[in-house]
Amino acid sequence: MKDLSVEAKSIVENVEFVKRKKRKKSVIEKKENWVGFLFVSPMFIGVSVLTLLPIIATFFLAFADWNFIMGIQSVKWVGLDNFKALFANEVFIKSVLNNLLFLLTVPICMAISLLISIVIDKHVYMKSYFKVAFFMPYISSIVAIAVVWQVLFNPTEGPINQFLFSLGIENPPKWIADPNFALISLMVIQIWASTGFNMLIYLAGLQSIPKELYEAADMDGATRWDKFKHIMLPALSPTTFFLLITGIISTFKVFDLIAVLTKGGPINSTTMLVWHLYDSAFVNLKIGYASAIAVVLFFFVLFITLVQWSLQKKWVNY
Amino acid sequence: MERRISIRKLVMTVISFIVSIAFLLPFFWMLSTSFKIEADVFKFPIEWIPRTWNGIENYKEVWLGKDPFALYYWNSIKITVSTTIISVTVSALAAYGFSKVNFSIGNFLFLIILATYMVPQQSILIPQFILYRYLGLFDSHLGLILLGSFSVLGTFMLRQFFMGIHSDYIDAAKIDGASHFRIFWSIAFPIVRPAIATYAILRFIWTWNDFQNPLIFLRSDELYTIQLAMQKFTSLNGEFYSLIMAAAVSAILPLIIVFIIGQKQVIEGIALGGVKG
Repeated sequence: MKDLSVEAKSIVENVEFVKRKKRKKSVIEKKENWVGFLFVSPMFIGVSVLTLLPIIATFFLAFADWNFIMGIQSVKWVGLDNFKALFANEVFIKSVLNNLLFLLTVPICMAISLLISIVIDKHVYMKSYFKVAFFMPYISSIVAIAVVWQVLFNPTEGPINQFLFSLGIENPPKWIADPNFALISLMVIQIWASTGFNMLIYLAGLQSIPKELYEAADMDGATRWDKFKHIMLPALSPTTFFLLITGIISTFKVFDLIAVLTKGGPINSTTMLVWHLYDSAFVNLKIGYASAIAVVLFFFVLFITLVQWSLQKKWVNY
Repeated sequence: MERRISIRKLVMTVISFIVSIAFLLPFFWMLSTSFKIEADVFKFPIEWIPRTWNGIENYKEVWLGKDPFALYYWNSIKITVSTTIISVTVSALAAYGFSKVNFSIGNFLFLIILATYMVPQQSILIPQFILYRYLGLFDSHLGLILLGSFSVLGTFMLRQFFMGIHSDYIDAAKIDGASHFRIFWSIAFPIVRPAIATYAILRFIWTWNDFQNPLIFLRSDELYTIQLAMQKFTSLNGEFYSLIMAAAVSAILPLIIVFIIGQKQVIEGIALGGVKG
């Protein structure tokens, strides 16, 4: 009996202790909740107002006919009309096609960057000079770069065509003034401008490959090409995959180059999704139509992101 | 093993050097043209070192002429510095909250914020524009600063670094009775200072170079940033390439200075996080 009561007492004490601890813990928890929320609230409120709310609004506006001048009351719901107009519009189709063509810049740029990064990683002196040199276009403003290229590409007096004239070429392309060459000219500038970024990421990737792998390969008598194909490329596959995805997403967002250099012309030869969106919304004030483009853009990027998530494990060998 | 200069490596260096010079030619052309008189701009073969120097006159015209770049510079500096400071503060606070404070809805809020990173900024421009008109933030520097102040990327990046701080430090401070704000300010913030410097420099470069947001959210000439002014200047002075190049040099120069000062941080930050503006 006595023993049991001692046991019971200790149980009761234990229960009391746990209860007290729980109460104390829940007070701390409550406090942590508040403190945590205080820390993240500026960010959360900012993102809610400036990103979450607008993305929901974009989806509503894509089904409406409205412009900035009219009040909120005069929103007219038009169902899928904006999307029908979109797919019936030649400029929109042209924009999508140009965006797809522009994708070519991604692998070309990656190949050039890989080559440069391999060379300057191990085979040159003054490595930091080269890093800075190739990285220069990335830190320079796109507007300044675009303006310089605009003059370089000048059809009659520009240094590029003067050079071609001096080589004896009589009718060099008119570059950004020529509908057949304008997009290619933009692609050249894009490749030139993004090489530095790709190169830096590849350099970081190269430096993380363990030296033992090369040493082992040397002992087995592997050639340079063998090492490149069987060590470097597989070890760099996460880097390559990352650059491919970010590169693709960034081509869907190309805007500054077009806005400064061509404004989508000549004869819509350089129009792309974001330019078409800007032109429809802020020049032609077709809000519903432009929002439909925004929705298409959103789904393009979402699709690529989902592909990234699902393929990440398959393509990437660590 | 003795260290000696390998011929192979030397040859590669020379070849790479030539390639890098070709790569940088547009910059050399820009710089040299900005010091020329207009008549010499398109002389061929190109005069890399101007025969007639007109640099002082060109830069004077750009900085103090009809469209004074001094004003646009000031606007850009104001916007860039404010955006950088606010963005770093907001991101650092959120990053600490998401990594070092245990609160029940923390993970949920973090997921929501992370999910918005997938939204391309251009697909929400129209509602942002409407919202700004409604709130009276359109055509103001404050509006532009706010647009760049809530960076998911910055929060994510800094959170990674805060998570690297051992919880022992924080628990020890808690036992001593320090509040989270105290811990954030006196312990966590100093530890992640290098990461914060990296993010601040990147944010500075991105904001300085931003063209799209000022184009859409600013209207008045006197509020223009350097990038907008550059474009306006080009369309007004289409014939005066030497002046345009002087303006371009002026627009790029602060970045080159920032880059030279923070080169290590920029390169490491980009290589580490693989971040793209």
